[in-house]
Amino acid sequence: MGKTLFEKIWESHIVVEKQNGPSLIYIDRHLVHEVTSPQAFDGLRMNKRKVRRPDLTIATMDHNVPTNDRSLPILDQTSAVQIQTLEKNCKDFGIKLFDINSPNQGIVHVIGPQLGITLPGTTIVCGDSHTSTHGAFGALALGIGTSEVEHVLTSQTLWLEKPKSFEIKVEGKRKNPHAVTAKDIVLSIIKNIGTGGGTGTVIEYRGQGITDLSMEQRMTICNMSVEAGSRAGLIEPDEKAFDYLRGRQYTPKNYESLVDNWKEHLKTDSDAKFEKQFTLNISDIAPQVSWGTNPGMTCDVTESIPSPDEFSKGDPNQKKSAEKALEYMDLEPGTPITDIKIDRVFIGSCTNARLEDLIEASKVIKKQKISTNVKAMVVPGSQMVKKEAEELGLDKIFINANFEWREAGCSMCLGMNPDILSPGERCASTSNRNFEGRQGTGGRTHLVSPVMAAAAAIKGHFVDVRELDLS
Amino acid sequence: MEPFKKVKSIITPLDQVNVDTDQIVPKQFLKLVHKSGFGKFLFYNWRYDENEKIKPDFVLNDSKYNNSKILVTGDNFGCGSSREHAIWALLDYGFSVIIAPSFADIFFSNCFKNGFLPISLDQKIVEKLQQEVDIIEVDLETQIIKTSSEEISFKIDPYKKKILLEGLDDIAQTLQFENKISEFERKSKVPSVL
Repeated sequence: MGKTLFEKIWESHIVVEKQNGPSLIYIDRHLVHEVTSPQAFDGLRMNKRKVRRPDLTIATMDHNVPTNDRSLPILDQTSAVQIQTLEKNCKDFGIKLFDINSPNQGIVHVIGPQLGITLPGTTIVCGDSHTSTHGAFGALALGIGTSEVEHVLTSQTLWLEKPKSFEIKVEGKRKNPHAVTAKDIVLSIIKNIGTGGGTGTVIEYRGQGITDLSMEQRMTICNMSVEAGSRAGLIEPDEKAFDYLRGRQYTPKNYESLVDNWKEHLKTDSDAKFEKQFTLNISDIAPQVSWGTNPGMTCDVTESIPSPDEFSKGDPNQKKSAEKALEYMDLEPGTPITDIKIDRVFIGSCTNARLEDLIEASKVIKKQKISTNVKAMVVPGSQMVKKEAEELGLDKIFINANFEWREAGCSMCLGMNPDILSPGERCASTSNRNFEGRQGTGGRTHLVSPVMAAAAAIKGHFVDVRELDLS
Repeated sequence: MEPFKKVKSIITPLDQVNVDTDQIVPKQFLKLVHKSGFGKFLFYNWRYDENEKIKPDFVLNDSKYNNSKILVTGDNFGCGSSREHAIWALLDYGFSVIIAPSFADIFFSNCFKNGFLPISLDQKIVEKLQQEVDIIEVDLETQIIKTSSEEISFKIDPYKKKILLEGLDDIAQTLQFENKISEFERKSKVPSVL
């Protein structure tokens, strides 16, 4: 029987295999950031251990860096300490760091591919659940905890149970790909399979709906695999993937011979069997808006807020959780999505802050201003994205519309830096999680695509972007 | 890591599904650079209101659960962020066992790195356990939970069980395979980053 792409990557990285139980898997790339690493480096010091492969490890600071003027000191002392701690750890252990002033600084999952560090067929880990993003290039990319960060630093390996393989087939062609985006595809998937639908699996996204997408759109899809509970999501690499990585700052010198090898080997065999399957046809899907407190609580922009009974389909636990979500979100069942007024707009995060996201959002804005009731910001995913966007004049489009134009970081996706919602504020956000308090205690998050966020900023409430001229 | 011992305690029922790690430890507390002292941040936004006053309705604020070591909760516990701070907070608060129908993958593997036992049981059994008011006993050695009225067996991977029972250092275990790792590296064709 044939093998899936995931199985091939898995098998080629086994260092030790046991009859029952986990296998020891070799890790090709380890990405490190300031929040989940300090305790891991402490562990190394305590046990007098070294970093085994500093040449396979890179670090940046993204989670709690301020996104305003970089020449100013960091006011939050605990953030400053965490950032200084990463600087010291990287220096002590010989790890390459893209610090706050580096032109390569940015969200770790944005800079990995941009620098050519992410490669097809590799295993990639980072102490961050959205590591799944790198799967867009046909890598097995896993989010890990701090103990595992320490384990990889020391041994360049991880003990892992082999996840099950899950095929998600995305079929059909979108009628308006500028209005119905990769974000809408992945939110539709999560809405259908649920936030636990992928638990214990690695998803492989397949079908025309996926191959049609650009690399940046594929990253949006793989990024949110973890919101369906999956450990990782990946896509068979093709010419688009190989082109994206060609000629980047850290792309290997023997790249073309690597590409030849990948073309031959990094494929799911036609007779391979997946342990789980789901198919979504995207021909008629609408832009999506989340209404609740997990990404599965999502509906079409043309729909109204569901009642807990409609949402739960008879499951008492889901009903209770929908009631709690509606109370937290201060929403009434039956309210049309397009009647929901918003206070804030956040265009950013490892899900949707790449150049293409900013270009698409800027097309919605054109020469309009944002609603006077709305405060809006764009936080590019990396300093490189910021520079490229400025070269295209996108910063001026956003600034003229009264958006704030910031420096790169995770920012209001998780609000570890000063970019947070105030209690009760409602935000149209291009990020990945609408959990209670995620963007600020008491803040209310609606997950949407960059074009939906930009349109909401202009109108002051959600609108169906399919009705706008996006040429 | 301390070896895992038998746990005897009343349970704390947290009757919710999809409890995410942002709820277990809100992000404002992730800036610390050590592992200790996270218990006071556990479920912070559910325990305290915006003026930092105790919310009396939340189960952890009921004094009868003060010494409970066993949290019994709903499906897909620990979803979302990979933050291990979630486990450090549960442990520091006093919990050492968590029982639920299912756990999110990263949370689940983080538990075993910290001597914390996650047990997954059938939904119906979990719902029944949530009603249990007497002291129960969790014995990892025999894989049995004893309540006042019954004995419930649970499954665990033998390697993970050994790690917990012996309090093994995962890394020290792995470094015994140094030869195998070096051998893999000699054959690997993956280029360095720098």
